Amino acid sequence: MMINSTDVVAVLPFISVALGSVGLLIADLLIPAERRHVTAWLAAALLLTAAVIALSLLGSPTFEAFGGMVISDPTAFFLDTLICTIGLVTILLTLRYNQVRGILRGEFYILLALSISGMTLVTHANNLLILLLGIELLSIPLYVLCGIARPRLESEESALKYFLTGAFASGFLVYGIALTYGASGTLSLQTAPAAPNVSGDPLLLIGIGLILVGLGFKVAAVPFHLWAPDTYEGAPTTVTAFMATATKVAGFAALLRVLHGGLPGMESTWQPLVAIIAAATMIVGNLAALAQQNLKRMLAYSSIAHAGYALVGVAAHDTTSVVFYLTGYAFTTLAAFAVITAIGSSEGEEMQFLEAYSGLGRQKPLLGAVLAIAMFSLIGIPPTVGFIGKYFVFQAAVAKGLVWLAVLGVLTSAMAAYYYLRVVMVAFIREGSAAAPLPTPSAPRNLAAAISVAAVFVLGVVPALLLSMIGNGMLSTTP
Amino acid sequence: MDATSFVTFLSAALFVIGALGVLLRRSALLIFMSVELMLNAANLAFVTFAHRWGQLDGQVTVFFIMTIAAAEVAVGLALIVTIFRTKRSTSVDELAQLRG
Amino acid sequence: MELFVASPILFPLLGILLNVLIGKKLGERGVGWLASTVVVASFAVSLALFAQVAGDSEHAAVHVKVLPWISAGPLQVSWGLLVDPLSSVMMLIVTGIGALIHIYSIGYMHGDPHFQRFFVYLNLFIASMLTLVMADNFLVLFVGWELVGLCSYLLIGFWFTELKNAAAGRKAFVVNRIGDVGFVLGILAIFVTFGSLDFAEVFKAVKAQGGALAAAAGVITLLLFIGATGKSAQIPLFVWLPDAMAGPTPVSALIHAATMVTAGIYMMTRAHALFELAPFTQQIVALVGALTALVAGTSALRQLDIKRVLAYSTVSQLGFMVAAAGLGAYVASMFHLLTHAFFKALLFLAAGSVIHGMGHDRHTDPQDMRNMGGLARRMPVTFAAFVIGGLALAGVPPLSGFFSKDEILLAAFTHQPLTFLLLGATAIVTALYVGRQLILVFLGEPRTASAAHAHESPAVMTAPLIALAVGAVLGGALNLPGGGWLHHWLEPLIAEQAKPLNLPLAAFFTALSVLALAVAGWMYRRPERAAREVARGVGLFLARAWRIDDAYAQVVVKPFYFISTVCAQVVDVGLVDGAVNGVGDVFRRLAQLVRGLQTGLVRNYGLVMLLGAVLVTAYFVVVR
Repeated sequence: MMINSTDVVAVLPFISVALGSVGLLIADLLIPAERRHVTAWLAAALLLTAAVIALSLLGSPTFEAFGGMVISDPTAFFLDTLICTIGLVTILLTLRYNQVRGILRGEFYILLALSISGMTLVTHANNLLILLLGIELLSIPLYVLCGIARPRLESEESALKYFLTGAFASGFLVYGIALTYGASGTLSLQTAPAAPNVSGDPLLLIGIGLILVGLGFKVAAVPFHLWAPDTYEGAPTTVTAFMATATKVAGFAALLRVLHGGLPGMESTWQPLVAIIAAATMIVGNLAALAQQNLKRMLAYSSIAHAGYALVGVAAHDTTSVVFYLTGYAFTTLAAFAVITAIGSSEGEEMQFLEAYSGLGRQKPLLGAVLAIAMFSLIGIPPTVGFIGKYFVFQAAVAKGLVWLAVLGVLTSAMAAYYYLRVVMVAFIREGSAAAPLPTPSAPRNLAAAISVAAVFVLGVVPALLLSMIGNGMLSTTP
Repeated sequence: MDATSFVTFLSAALFVIGALGVLLRRSALLIFMSVELMLNAANLAFVTFAHRWGQLDGQVTVFFIMTIAAAEVAVGLALIVTIFRTKRSTSVDELAQLRG
Repeated sequence: MELFVASPILFPLLGILLNVLIGKKLGERGVGWLASTVVVASFAVSLALFAQVAGDSEHAAVHVKVLPWISAGPLQVSWGLLVDPLSSVMMLIVTGIGALIHIYSIGYMHGDPHFQRFFVYLNLFIASMLTLVMADNFLVLFVGWELVGLCSYLLIGFWFTELKNAAAGRKAFVVNRIGDVGFVLGILAIFVTFGSLDFAEVFKAVKAQGGALAAAAGVITLLLFIGATGKSAQIPLFVWLPDAMAGPTPVSALIHAATMVTAGIYMMTRAHALFELAPFTQQIVALVGALTALVAGTSALRQLDIKRVLAYSTVSQLGFMVAAAGLGAYVASMFHLLTHAFFKALLFLAAGSVIHGMGHDRHTDPQDMRNMGGLARRMPVTFAAFVIGGLALAGVPPLSGFFSKDEILLAAFTHQPLTFLLLGATAIVTALYVGRQLILVFLGEPRTASAAHAHESPAVMTAPLIALAVGAVLGGALNLPGGGWLHHWLEPLIAEQAKPLNLPLAAFFTALSVLALAVAGWMYRRPERAAREVARGVGLFLARAWRIDDAYAQVVVKPFYFISTVCAQVVDVGLVDGAVNGVGDVFRRLAQLVRGLQTGLVRNYGLVMLLGAVLVTAYFVVVR
């Protein structure tokens, strides 16, 4: 098999990020230790380039490459763009935060870029082997990133927990792929269930079930979510921000590739199961978030709950609504984390507890406003993107006859208002405590917050901008 | 029972043993070895199925999985060593600072 | 043209922008007048649009699509604005009364450290409410609907140093969210049924298909009505409105009396074609409205806080409007909405003036009517305003309230005896509490030093009072019995048979109202009675609004509390945050249960994952 230029174009974002991170590895050796922020800016430039490349490829028609191993369609390129943009915003958040906490290291950015390269492979996977490679490539650097703040025990604990449960989940994923292969004789997502007399084969069904377990772990769907709160809380906040957004998007990209892009003719098999998981995820995520006093941990549960809403769209077989939801969720969450890194980047122990935010809205009105807008978007109040996103997925569910799921979604999001509003109340209503340190100034972080908030409003008011990019979702048949 | 089915059941048994090991072992190191057992069960299954279908795909996949496992080992051992330095223990039951 | 039609919304937004950017430089007066000017500008444009609709021989609507919004397959929604007879009347109410309240607030909020923020919120509210009434589809209406809820939350909690206020703000928001659940589901149901959310298309389909839609219309209207009970404070969701009085008084006047709470009525009137297809829903609407009217009216009888009397009175009058909508008398409902906007805004602003005049002694509560008395001589303009507002509320002719209430009573009389009885009783109760309040506040001798030293408010506050008083007196002329102006004006949208004045009925209720006023005057000639009668028994029951809040605590919160305490002991998790906060606590207890899973132990996580994997595969192999 010859590799031609079409093949390269199909995964150009992946290739550029992967090669770029190797280049970054070499460049980092040449940069003196006290000028590590240069590595950060180089990484930012790399991700910006990759985002622009992916964006420019958005218009190209759907095609397969590398003998059908990868597929390139507007959804894939859009998700590439989104993931690279998230990486870029994350880097802006790290500059000050990581410096203060002594983790402004070259390897941080190299690992980040490597993880992103894995994500940009997942988005294009048309073959279970590619899917597996992409997922491992995105996960392994993340294990290290979680623990990068050693010797802080919470960081180490979070890394080890993530690693052990993640490896366990990989075991399910790999075994599921093996069984699927055993039943169908192919690793292609397109043809696996199409082989004669295969779609009812228990071997195939167990295989797909185990694959779903592995992917459910990545998106933190109930009951495979238990790692997420601990890991999110213990990891450095910048890593948490990245995991809560980019990893979530990549995990859903994998789910979409498997369920919407692949496995033709099996919708009726997986749909009820995904619907049940979505329901459980919305309920458990929101309920657990109610009880949290720690803002970072609350956002971890909130990210679980939001995975539930995105899963509603997955269950409804509506790719566009899922992608839209994830985009809105990602920018909203980044805005929230921008505020947490601001508070957390003061010297000494990190301020994660809600108490630390009392009076924030008075001392730093803009930062307080960013936090409030993020919370309103997470609740789903128009005209923020959170509202439109929820509307799309619920609409899709109703259109597919999953009315009960939409009703449950509306009910749980009404309940969620309670804990999100508590954050706004604390930030704006309580007097500031003398113990709470003022956030340190950081222009890149402010830029990141501004980008996120702008996205929250622009996508909320003119969602058509985004919808036109995603196009008609994902094509599920081989051209 | 033909050879394919037999080996398939063997791999399933290995997988289950690995999964139970994850649940029953306290040492992070042994948990991790149990995960490796699960991956190897998958490898065995891949080879068997490749034989069944008369293809190379399954066998090639095994190499990829072994590479992945090696990468996980590198990262995992480093993490375990790091936490051992801090806590002087690799028991996962003592790692419950983050919870609730 | 698009820009011109959108400008009523854009003006307040411009005001926000300017006040945020250069508010500090403008100083207090500058901020206040800027915020008021933009609302006056909105009012002027609304007037021009109104004239345009009125000038058209068929009252054709002005309809523009400002921006495309959502375009996803069958779902096509744009930021469309619609100025038709119905929305133009609402626009005039919102901007007109809004402008007066802005001006009044310049005086009322004088010296408040957060003067600038207050006016930003007020402007935001006007923009949101205009979005709500000008929307040409259900989704944009919902945007306004949510935004006014948000403004209400912000403004109730405005004096947020007091935790009580913040809690009231959150209560309002959360209760409203419960209603919103119904509304959102209603919107989804509309889309599923009609494939569109545009008013024009939905109502065209309703007209075309008629009775074939009865079942769907039943579901949709019930869901929409749940939304209306939240925003328009009906049973069972009315509990937030009295607490909402924690905000500054102008806010109570603007949001919780004249505009925001009418959103539910407006929405039901807008969707009346759907409601008419669902007689069952209509029955429920009428009964809920009438029952709310009576429960809230009797609760107002035993309140001691000057604003809480008015708050319950608002709930009660909203009950009248809802009941009218349920009876199919949409014009009467809109008419009462209009007159009520005048006289209730007037009453609230007058009450604000009283509070303002009383507020010199830190140790006396300036809102407690037991501390007042004899204010008539000290605050003559306020007194006159309050009397006009009160008599209009009590339905004394020829004030505006008489005409609108009479129309509703007449509709009930001819349609539903039970509703009529409830509303009729409420009308008498209304006169009783108006009389009680007038006596306690203004007549007799001052009972405290604050009351003795009270003084009239500045002209910037009394001028809006006078303007509103004129409206409260003459408002009835807008729809005289037998097919008045409003009736004809709304005719393109709502074709209803106009009814002539039923003289015996009107005379009967007028006589009863006047009698009730006199009875109240006689009963409270010794004001100590007011304090005594709420101490126990029926008085206490009414003072606590039929104990509905308490019932929620008993029926919903307590059992959950018990169950989850037991569970919490089983799973052994520490309790967080002792603050008990109403219904939210239910969920917090449940949350403890979920947290119990999160033991922090990797092996437990692994076990749960494995069980999950077993369930998933079992599902695939067995259940499928």
